[in-house]
Amino acid sequence: MDPLLLLEQFFNGLQFGVMLFLIAAGLTLVFGIMDMVNLAHGSLVMIGAYLATTFIGWTGSFLGGLALAIPATFAVGALVEVVALRTLYRRNHLEQVLATFGLILFFNEIVRIIWGPISLYSGLPDYLTGQVEIIPGAPYPVFRLIIIAVGLAVAGIIYAIVAHTRLGMLIRAGASNNEMVGALGINIKSLFTFVFALGAVFAGLAGMLLGPLTSVEPGIGEPLLILAFVVIIIGGIGSIRGAFIAAILVGVVDTVGRVALPVLLRAFVTDAAADTAGPAVASMLIYILMAAILVVRPQGLFPARTG
Amino acid sequence: MDRRQIWLSLATLAMFAAVPPLTVIFDQPFYMDMIARIMVFAIAAVSLDLILGHGGMVSFGHAVYMGVGAYAVGILSYYGLDNGFLQIPVALGASALIGLVFGAMSLRTTGVYFIMITLAFAQMLYFLAISLEEFGGDDGMSSMRSEFGGVIDMYDAMQFYYVIFVVLALVLFGLHRLVLSRFGMVIRAARSNDRRMQAVGFPTYRYKLAAFTLASTICGLAGVLFANLNEFVSPDVMHWTHSGELMVMVIMGGMGTLIGPVLGATAFLLLEEYLPQWMEMAMTNAGEHWAIIMGPILIAIVLFGRGGIHALFAATIWRSGGKRNG
Repeated sequence: MDPLLLLEQFFNGLQFGVMLFLIAAGLTLVFGIMDMVNLAHGSLVMIGAYLATTFIGWTGSFLGGLALAIPATFAVGALVEVVALRTLYRRNHLEQVLATFGLILFFNEIVRIIWGPISLYSGLPDYLTGQVEIIPGAPYPVFRLIIIAVGLAVAGIIYAIVAHTRLGMLIRAGASNNEMVGALGINIKSLFTFVFALGAVFAGLAGMLLGPLTSVEPGIGEPLLILAFVVIIIGGIGSIRGAFIAAILVGVVDTVGRVALPVLLRAFVTDAAADTAGPAVASMLIYILMAAILVVRPQGLFPARTG
Repeated sequence: MDRRQIWLSLATLAMFAAVPPLTVIFDQPFYMDMIARIMVFAIAAVSLDLILGHGGMVSFGHAVYMGVGAYAVGILSYYGLDNGFLQIPVALGASALIGLVFGAMSLRTTGVYFIMITLAFAQMLYFLAISLEEFGGDDGMSSMRSEFGGVIDMYDAMQFYYVIFVVLALVLFGLHRLVLSRFGMVIRAARSNDRRMQAVGFPTYRYKLAAFTLASTICGLAGVLFANLNEFVSPDVMHWTHSGELMVMVIMGGMGTLIGPVLGATAFLLLEEYLPQWMEMAMTNAGEHWAIIMGPILIAIVLFGRGGIHALFAATIWRSGGKRNG
């Protein structure tokens, strides 16, 4: 097998992984401090993608579009928290799951009404469409490298916020005992709103970066959301560090597996059997990985709290 | 399990039983198909209620066992094996085995981990079904209805309807007995306090796994009927939204009541059928956007509909467990 192809797929996996991290980070933060399972997190990915596509169209500039879409997604996130999610924190997980399931139906339909059911395409500006040769003989799209860079930067920013700021201190304190934080005079309601909106921005950012790679259509966030669940199960719910490592792991295993597994299987069985079983096994690979990790560590790799 | 609940169950079944003669009298065969479909989903919802309502196991992947049952029929039919006496054991065996494996792994975890893991496993089989190019991949495949050696003709709408009806009635009766038995008592006790049950000496993991496997098997049977109903099998039946809908049916009807989920399935599917039509009447072209109303309805049911439809009829309102049990 061509090592350069494998390397390229490794980078694709890395890019997919950081995108999953952007989604999983918000999900795990919200779960960590508010004890809330939010299925509608995938809708925020979709809303980010749509807002970016629209604003890029208005401003005629890719960066200008993102600059408008990011605060807009923050505002949507804050609005959703205040109107709908706030009432759900005290409910049990089953009720949270079903209520946010209802929210997904609502958001998908709103998007269909505003932007129509047809897929949208947001092109890339010329300066982002090129390719670079990181390793001689292996050109790689600039935009995908930028996604990796943005993902790593966001991971760094989250780490800096959580570990070294007053806000991060409140987030960590809220995760261990949010009633006590409230009792000590912190406005816990606005803290929750801020954290949720922050998570929405990360998810929205994933959608914004995904837009130019694929098409933007209703429901694009949902398959990603389920993968983000796999990520936080593997990483340990509530753990940002676990989410990061698991996201990269899932991204790379899924992407490389799809290319390498059929080739690998050919070494053991007939070509025809490998061509049939290869894609089937490859599509299950990350779930098998998840199951294997759970057998060894039922609370994930980095359990932050018992949930 | 009070007397009213039994009367409610019998009344509901009596209404289902009366549908075919009425559709013949009023010449409205459409309704027989619709109620048949409702009863198939009711079987799946009742099986979910065993683990969700009675066992407190929030499985977010239950539709997958319907898919396993349906694919068992579809794949056997693809190879020309239409005999129901073969298809049903294979379908039940497959869904039991998969339920056992998934359950064994998922039940090592609790709470929100359990919700997400059952969802992830369901998604795994969904993608597996999509990758099966031989069996139509994403598009699915058409399949024949099962044959029962001339004893039952599944292509006869009336006979097919009563087959589904009898299965539903037997499942309701069987689970009703099971829930009242010692086994059911252990499952319910483990829902309220698992640790205490273990301390008393019950291996709750094994009990829960048995319940999970049984629920998967019954749902597989619903899948067999579903494949027969549609004469078509596709990965869509395993889509995670269908697992969500089964949960909604259980909540809407009333958790842990068995007959509640039957009413919930009825209400949900009727709403899905008629909400677009009502919206179309209110405003032209509004019908296609029915989900914008359906979503908030679901939220309202979850937030305010304690006890579901069942609570409207029954004297005692079933109260959900504490936050931690969710």
